[in-house]
Amino acid sequence: MADRIVIDPVTRIEGHAKITVQLDADGRPTEARFHVTEFRGFEKMYEGRPFWEMPAITARVCGICPVSHLTASAKAGDQILAVRVPPAAVKLRRLATWAQVLQSHALSFFHLSSPDLLLGMDSDPARRNIFGLIAENPDLARAGIRLRQFGQRIIAALGGQKIHPAWVVPGGVRHALPVEEREWVRERLPEAKQTTLTAIGLFKGLMEKFRAETEVFGKFPTMHLGLVAADGSWETYDGAMRFCDADGTTVAEVAPARYQEFIAEKAESWSFVKSTYFKPRGPAGVYRVGPLARLNVCDRMGTPLADREFIEFRGLGREATNASFLFHYARLIEILCSVEKIEQHLDDPDLQSAHVRAEAGVNSPEGVGCCEAPRGILFHHYKVTDDGLIRSANLLIATAQNNLAMNRTVTQIAKHYITGRDVPEGILNRLEAGIRAFDPCLSCSTHAAGQMPLHVELVGPDGEVVSSLRRG
Amino acid sequence: MSAVTLTINDRLVTAAAGETVLAAARAAGIDVPTLCYVDGLSAHGGCRLCLVEVGAGGRLQPACFMPVAEGMVVRTDTDRLAEYRRMIVELLFAEGNHVCSVCVANGNCELQDAAAATGMDHERFEYTYPKRAVDASHDRFGIDHNRCVLCTRCVRACDELEGAHTWDVAGRGAGAKVVTDLNQPWGESPTCTSCGKCFMACPTGAIFRKGSTVAETDHGRDRLQFLVAAREKKQWIV
Ligand code: SF4
Ligand code: FES
Repeated sequence: MADRIVIDPVTRIEGHAKITVQLDADGRPTEARFHVTEFRGFEKMYEGRPFWEMPAITARVCGICPVSHLTASAKAGDQILAVRVPPAAVKLRRLATWAQVLQSHALSFFHLSSPDLLLGMDSDPARRNIFGLIAENPDLARAGIRLRQFGQRIIAALGGQKIHPAWVVPGGVRHALPVEEREWVRERLPEAKQTTLTAIGLFKGLMEKFRAETEVFGKFPTMHLGLVAADGSWETYDGAMRFCDADGTTVAEVAPARYQEFIAEKAESWSFVKSTYFKPRGPAGVYRVGPLARLNVCDRMGTPLADREFIEFRGLGREATNASFLFHYARLIEILCSVEKIEQHLDDPDLQSAHVRAEAGVNSPEGVGCCEAPRGILFHHYKVTDDGLIRSANLLIATAQNNLAMNRTVTQIAKHYITGRDVPEGILNRLEAGIRAFDPCLSCSTHAAGQMPLHVELVGPDGEVVSSLRRG
Repeated sequence: MSAVTLTINDRLVTAAAGETVLAAARAAGIDVPTLCYVDGLSAHGGCRLCLVEVGAGGRLQPACFMPVAEGMVVRTDTDRLAEYRRMIVELLFAEGNHVCSVCVANGNCELQDAAAATGMDHERFEYTYPKRAVDASHDRFGIDHNRCVLCTRCVRACDELEGAHTWDVAGRGAGAKVVTDLNQPWGESPTCTSCGKCFMACPTGAIFRKGSTVAETDHGRDRLQFLVAAREKKQWIV
């Protein structure tokens, strides 16, 4: 009899989702799927709103990466205004995106994933969370929390509030960086850098231990997509979107405004998140976005320490850098690069400029705004009336773009570890950890890290629950 | 002008005959919450937030409209009033689409202030989620009917201060809304002088400056008061 294993909800990710594993008559997994079970319907809600309000409204999509939504939204607005954003505003927006990458990655690594990495995949689930980490390695846990706070404070200094700063606006930003805040950032920079380097050292030390996981946690060749600067270096705010093949060859490098020519979206019956693929190749054109993808598409990071790590990372070979487990490594290198970029640009007097916002009316009926959110490239596409009211909005988020790869990842893990109907908890955690490597952001709200119970069901083909396992 | 003496919250208060209970109370330092009332504009008596109890039976009267009388006994601070005021604010919230977190007037909104002042910590009525439009056809301003509480402050400011009478109210009951001229797009109004007084008068984010993002509204209400003083008292004090 064919069974299905259901993991619901998936814990330590942002939002609510479940995993189902379909078993064949012999209890061997045939396919696994990652379902997003929440529907939020934002795009419909935006219709009729003035596009000026969109940055702040869309920032509500997500409590983890509001800055990314603000930025993509404001950039779409820039195009509707058809103005050139003052250079100082561009620098300030960039600063915010680095702080965003840093704080979000710190959350993903230290709070959500390091319990698996440092305490072990099979450790006691009641302790396998940030609190267990605090008990086990208080210094590291504290440093991680402070690193995230460093990024949050920069965002707060720019935006006035750390979670939903309506600070990036069409045409620029609302105000510059206060001098006192700049000095605070300067003081905390060395510590932030040290924490990141420590974490990188730690992760590299663990790579041997997780060799098995690295092989099966979503290791398969796919394309990658990310922004690159004009000189080919790592980019979070602007630049061209570059698709590369699994072997690193550049397949396409185009302006993000042309995204619809290259990315196709399809709705899935089993998830509220759409799936996307590289259009010229059809549904076989699976690609990944996010830290791993960005490090696969760019030619260099553009800062000394991060470049050193980057060379080591890429030295692992293209086969290795197609392993989703290395998302963690890529994330740490991106934190390092963000810290260095913040350091390099902190003394730019433009950060205190008074000329940070260009004003104009509606000069174009359409705008596409694109930036790199911590979890991957993000597009906001608006069409507006002559008066600037939203006619239609399309948001293309990272999790949709990783959807196909995430499904492949859970299938790969299930096939490797599950051999019968009796599934140990540690294996279920591996399924979740495979998803967690992508750090998917399914919605808006965070929930207490590691606190949610895990519910697993084995379901027969007729929908009847064969057995049920609860943890937490 | 003759003076009258009345009692407000057990205190003897002197006021000029013809004055309202609201004016008398405020002159005596007794606060009465208001929403549709604006100093210098005619009273409207629409929101009922200024309700007070008058006489031994505690008859409910709007303070902004009620003239003082000799020997009148007024209470502004009973539990019953507190409950009614809070309910009024809850009804206003349930009637429109007020989402403070994404509103241009967040932090600068008298409806939001009223909610805080009346202790509204949740909504007891079902939201009606009315389908209302946004008119952004004017060059400088827009009106989001979702956020309009029909206080008619814009109507009175436009009529009484600017003299244009671009704004008025059309429709009845739940279908009532403020309109510009003959219910045409604001941008096509032949009478609007673009002075912005309606924006200054609006208590919420309903009338907004175009280009504003969330929590970015400064109504500049002191300018409205400056105009009132200049007009009525011939005093130009900034
Ligand atoms: S638009 Fe503003 S001022 Fe005019 S009635 Fe509505 S809430 Fe009152
Ligand atoms: S202030 Fe008196 S009824 Fe509105």
